[in-house]
Amino acid sequence: MSDSTEIGRAWVYGDNIDTDQLAPIDSYKNMEPEEGCKLCLQPLDPDFAGAVQEGDIFVAGNNMGIGSSREQAPLHLKLLGIRAVLAKSFARIFYRNTLNFGLPALVCADVERINRGDELRVDALKGLVENLSTGETLKCEPLPGHLMAMIADGGLMAHLKNKLKREA
Amino acid sequence: MAMTTHSMTLSEKIIARAAGLDSVAPGDIVTCAVDLAMMHDSSGPRRAGKLLDELGAPIWDKDKLVVITDHYTNDPDPTCVNIQTITHAWVAAKKLPHFLPEQGICHVVLPENGFLKPGMFCVGGDSHSPTGGAFGAFMVGIGATEMVGVLATGEIWVRVPETLRLDVTGRLSAGVAAKDVILKLCGDIGIMGANYMVVEYGGDAVKAMTMDERMTLTNMAAELGAKTGIVAPDDTTAQWLAATAADGVDIKTWQGDADARVAKTITIDGAALAPQVAAPSNPENAADVGEYAGTAVGQAYIGACTGAKIEDLRMAAAIVKGRTRAAGTRFMVAPASNRIRDAAIADGTMKILEDAGATILATGCGGCIGQGPARLDDNMTGISSTNRNFVGRAGPNSSKLYLGSPYSVAAAAIAGEITDPRDFL
Ligand code: SF4
Repeated sequence: MSDSTEIGRAWVYGDNIDTDQLAPIDSYKNMEPEEGCKLCLQPLDPDFAGAVQEGDIFVAGNNMGIGSSREQAPLHLKLLGIRAVLAKSFARIFYRNTLNFGLPALVCADVERINRGDELRVDALKGLVENLSTGETLKCEPLPGHLMAMIADGGLMAHLKNKLKREA
Repeated sequence: MAMTTHSMTLSEKIIARAAGLDSVAPGDIVTCAVDLAMMHDSSGPRRAGKLLDELGAPIWDKDKLVVITDHYTNDPDPTCVNIQTITHAWVAAKKLPHFLPEQGICHVVLPENGFLKPGMFCVGGDSHSPTGGAFGAFMVGIGATEMVGVLATGEIWVRVPETLRLDVTGRLSAGVAAKDVILKLCGDIGIMGANYMVVEYGGDAVKAMTMDERMTLTNMAAELGAKTGIVAPDDTTAQWLAATAADGVDIKTWQGDADARVAKTITIDGAALAPQVAAPSNPENAADVGEYAGTAVGQAYIGACTGAKIEDLRMAAAIVKGRTRAAGTRFMVAPASNRIRDAAIADGTMKILEDAGATILATGCGGCIGQGPARLDDNMTGISSTNRNFVGRAGPNSSKLYLGSPYSVAAAAIAGEITDPRDFL
């Protein structure tokens, strides 16, 4: 995340978006997440995977990502082009998995002020969401301080690579 | 400033020890040394293993890694076969000493083989890793990339969780099981009712429970959003572990302080608890079985890490003994491990289930994730002793799944509809 600002359209969903919806069994089993992601959210919104565009923002209510530890759940969102996930609250494994992919997961109390299709500018590092469609600015909780170095590196894999290089 | 060690819960003591600190408190972010990492065929070699190889890092301590296959075993589907091939090849290439292929579901096979004991700090590449807490270990579920960090460094960061204490008082009545306790809690506090917390289970009813039953409680801490669940070890724990390869089991050290602070205590009156059933498609839709009585089911499935341990099979057998499944209802049983299957054959449990018309399936995750013969059909309504009933989990999106105890699932197999299992005892 060299540039922490993303602009994209909002895809807005409700509470308890679970990993069986984000990564249904046939997609989760698939060896190629690039293929599997086409089934992302199929039980809830069959149009999502086909219509989502590079740079879009995923917005959910409470308990985003509840369920399995399968990291295909946030990986599918990332592969489909989602550049930030905003939610009222996150399920814990999904939250860690998302940040580990370098995909910002932001806790935002005011997600209901965002409508489907709104254009958002998300500054993950500052924790600010500008709703360009309504003119409102929403504040998110700051990302966990102890993860900033990892997030700045672009995710856990990149962070580990840097760490190993330093130690070599 | 001299730090004095304050009273701690069992979980806090384990985390402090793993972090090399005298004490920790809820909210602290600490880095823990991992005593044991477990991964399975889905998130393990094919994902975490591949990423580790990309990183080019060696495994920090091969003796602390256990690989188990369970998600895609015993399935002729080419992708499943391929995943098994990849898993075996990676384990062989790394010369891993602890590989348990096709023995059953990871959360059950791990303790069966003596890998868990009180006081350990463990991670598992699966969301139901809290199951390990039944043995007085602190065990959390993590994703595959997070596992790469553990494999490369032997460490992981943790936020010390607040504790939700569940006290189950009295004694559960006949036909009521640990599954009913945990479904009741899901119903009462909801699927995010213990977000980021550790659920510590206690009270007379929990003390009286077998290890199999305690595992059901900790397993479904995941369905409360909890980081993990834990039960303080006691003689029951020690006796169970004595039959495994675990050595140096210490139940005295690994106890919480009596005056340790907990964020919240919930009490369930065990004696008054009725069997619970969770309606589609969320475990929090739990209510007394009577609420859903009369719902016709096309399949009754005894399976998963939650609901197919030996005690679970015996519960089902107690209900179906001398009876036959309803004509229109498939009755499927997938024992959680080979060892359990063999025990059920040896003690006659399996015969009772088969005589009642049950189809015995291979051990493994199977129907829990909509794999294999127990996958629900289109528009089918089922009831399972598993832990999750989200849309599309156990079958097509049009299928519907209820969750219940092995007693309730077995009763539904006989009646062809959801019914109070206590009438069958
Ligand atoms: S049986 Fe189900 S819940 Fe248990 S590990 Fe397998 S897939 Fe997960």
